[in-house]
Amino acid sequence: MDKNVVLVVFAKILVPFILLFALYVQFHGDFGPGGGFQAGVIFATGIILYALVQGVDRAMAVMPPAVLKPMMAIGVLLYGGVGIASMLLGGHFLDYGFLAHDPIHGQHYGILIIELGVGITVAAVMMVIFYAFMGEQN
Amino acid sequence: MRWRGRPCIPAGIRACPIRSAVIDQVIDVLLLILLVITAIAVVRIKSLFAVVMLFGIYSLITAGIFVVLDAVDVAFTEAAVGAGITTVLMLTTLARTGHKQAPARHSPALPLTVVIITGAVLFWGTQDMPRFADPGAPIHLHVADRYIEAGPEEVGVPNMVTAVLASYRGFDTLGEVAVVFTAGVGVLALLGVRRRRKGDGDG
Repeated sequence: MDKNVVLVVFAKILVPFILLFALYVQFHGDFGPGGGFQAGVIFATGIILYALVQGVDRAMAVMPPAVLKPMMAIGVLLYGGVGIASMLLGGHFLDYGFLAHDPIHGQHYGILIIELGVGITVAAVMMVIFYAFMGEQN
Repeated sequence: MRWRGRPCIPAGIRACPIRSAVIDQVIDVLLLILLVITAIAVVRIKSLFAVVMLFGIYSLITAGIFVVLDAVDVAFTEAAVGAGITTVLMLTTLARTGHKQAPARHSPALPLTVVIITGAVLFWGTQDMPRFADPGAPIHLHVADRYIEAGPEEVGVPNMVTAVLASYRGFDTLGEVAVVFTAGVGVLALLGVRRRRKGDGDG
């Protein structure tokens, strides 16, 4: 890595901003363009950039595959869980209006949580696919 | 005052439609020319590494076209997924498979004929499509009015795209997340993630 000092230093500066932007896109999706899917991809891109310049092993120390594999499922379960919760509270599947006393608040909570689920699954899947592809080369 | 279905923000009599018409068309034509150039380059270049990078550029230009069409959410997805992560994943795939295209063993006449006929049929088919931003197009006559008119009261989210994707079509989006999850599980089942040991050919 010593031969690409500019690349390594620049990537190091960029990564936190990419991750922060991902969180902004995640939680600002109700107001601006974006949402869980884009946020998940951008978050994964930040970690992948780190892996490309610092090596996969160091990226795996930050985001271990053992953590990412369950996260893949947790996102989907979070999404489905919101659907089940709205059923238990008296509505249809994914009918967020029943999640709070005010239907509009319920919609807000529902959208926030399912977008989080989307973001978690997408980010975890993208990183896992990248790890899998990088795994046995050389 | 509207131009191509969107309201002109400075609703002046002169400035808005004329300027935005010319600029929009110039940008449209430029982006489409770049798109065609990139596509031809993709076909002609044999180095797969260059092809992957060109595909990233192709996606970025497409994202630009979506921005001109006011489809910002789609543009965002195209830029993040098409230009960003797909390029990286294709590059890592090339690292596993090799980055030279195998030389063609057969004449290009038959594939070329198929492509030309298919393209001609598709082009012919566009003649039947509704005009761009036509409010009477079938797709705008079903539920779109409801989303636009009742969305702010029913969902209360300023971004209409989010309201449709996350709330009205929440079940579809759940299916999409399940697809992404399945893709991850599929890659894990086929390749698996192996943590490389120190000194195990780590470069």
